[in-house]
Amino acid sequence: MDFKNSDTIPGPRTEDRLPQTVQAAVKIVIVGGFGVGKTTMVGSVSEIKPLTTEETMTQAGIGIDDNFGSDTKTATTVAMDFGRISITEKLVLYLFGTPGQERFWFLWNGLFEGALGAVVLIDTRRLEVSFDVIGRLEERGVPFVVAVNSFPDAPRYPVEELRQALDLAPEIPIVECDARRRASSRDTLMTLMRFLHSLAMTGALT
Amino acid sequence: MTPPQRQRRYPSQPPAPEPAAVGERRNPERMFVVGGDGGDRANLDLVTLIVARADPPPSATPEQTALLRLCTAPLSVAELSAYLSLPFSVVTVVLTQMLADELVEAHKPLVRQSVADRSLLEAVMHGLQKL
Ligand SMILES: Nc1nc2c(ncn2[C@@H]2O[C@H](COP(=O)(O)OP(=O)(O)OP(=O)(O)O)[C@@H](O)[C@H]2O)c(=O)[nH]1
Ligand SMILES: [Mg+2]
Repeated sequence: MDFKNSDTIPGPRTEDRLPQTVQAAVKIVIVGGFGVGKTTMVGSVSEIKPLTTEETMTQAGIGIDDNFGSDTKTATTVAMDFGRISITEKLVLYLFGTPGQERFWFLWNGLFEGALGAVVLIDTRRLEVSFDVIGRLEERGVPFVVAVNSFPDAPRYPVEELRQALDLAPEIPIVECDARRRASSRDTLMTLMRFLHSLAMTGALT
Repeated sequence: MTPPQRQRRYPSQPPAPEPAAVGERRNPERMFVVGGDGGDRANLDLVTLIVARADPPPSATPEQTALLRLCTAPLSVAELSAYLSLPFSVVTVVLTQMLADELVEAHKPLVRQSVADRSLLEAVMHGLQKL
């Protein structure tokens, strides 16, 4: 990007600018496997057109195609979509649609550690891609709810069967969701917030 | 049809949860190195809000000038990264210098606490209800 003429730098549209009264932000992570609907969910509830932040990581080419000495490196760009919801004149909520592979998570400082909680999006056609994410969140003590995206040709399992298959504790909410619909995505976020609130009431939040 | 079954990697006792502290850079895969240079960086979260405190000084770099124009109103580091088309790590390097020079100020995010702030959770619920 050419910064010489910074008049040309795209910025927020006037209506997307936050008021000066905003003092702090919170974040929620929407995590799930490839193509499960993360970007769709972020977009359906965001008040701004979803944006993308990128990070580059280089992988030292240890033992891989090591024909040119030990200097071979592969650069991978990892992108994360995010959106924003104004909560009060002082508080704003950001939603991040995050790839399911944990090796990407460390690229962004405190992405999960600082989040209020997470929504795990699952597609019942490919349930297994969510197993790893769920295990990682449990290990990190990140509170989460599970949202089952309603893809038309996906098998439908009774909630208790899903709970058993995903080996989820009885208190963890499992909801159906159509990420394309704002009301449905909002309800999913509300389910997460109510769950966090109940954890706070019982002092169970880690 | 029966769904596939998840196997817990730690079936008995879950390991102690990680502290909620923000800013420690965890690096579970040591093979990977984050882009950008590795100097001392300010502890900036994706949703740390940045606000300009000054007009661009004559000495400002083009990146700094662009950034100051963007954050005349509060803007998250993530948004700055998106609008400037720069990786998050590069933006944090630029901001570290600008914080030291007092060109911008940073507002830390509210993060998950061991004792959750119920009024914060209630405020978020109330805000979502209005959507
Ligand atoms: N039927 C249905 N389709 C959905 C739903 N959510 C997303 N889709 C569709 O699924 C496709 C993938 O959605 P994305 O939002 O791009 O998924 P993603 O998780 O961001 O994908 P990656 O970033 O590539 O991993 C799109 O064509 C969406 O329109 C849903 O709830 N129901
Ligand atoms: Mg996506």
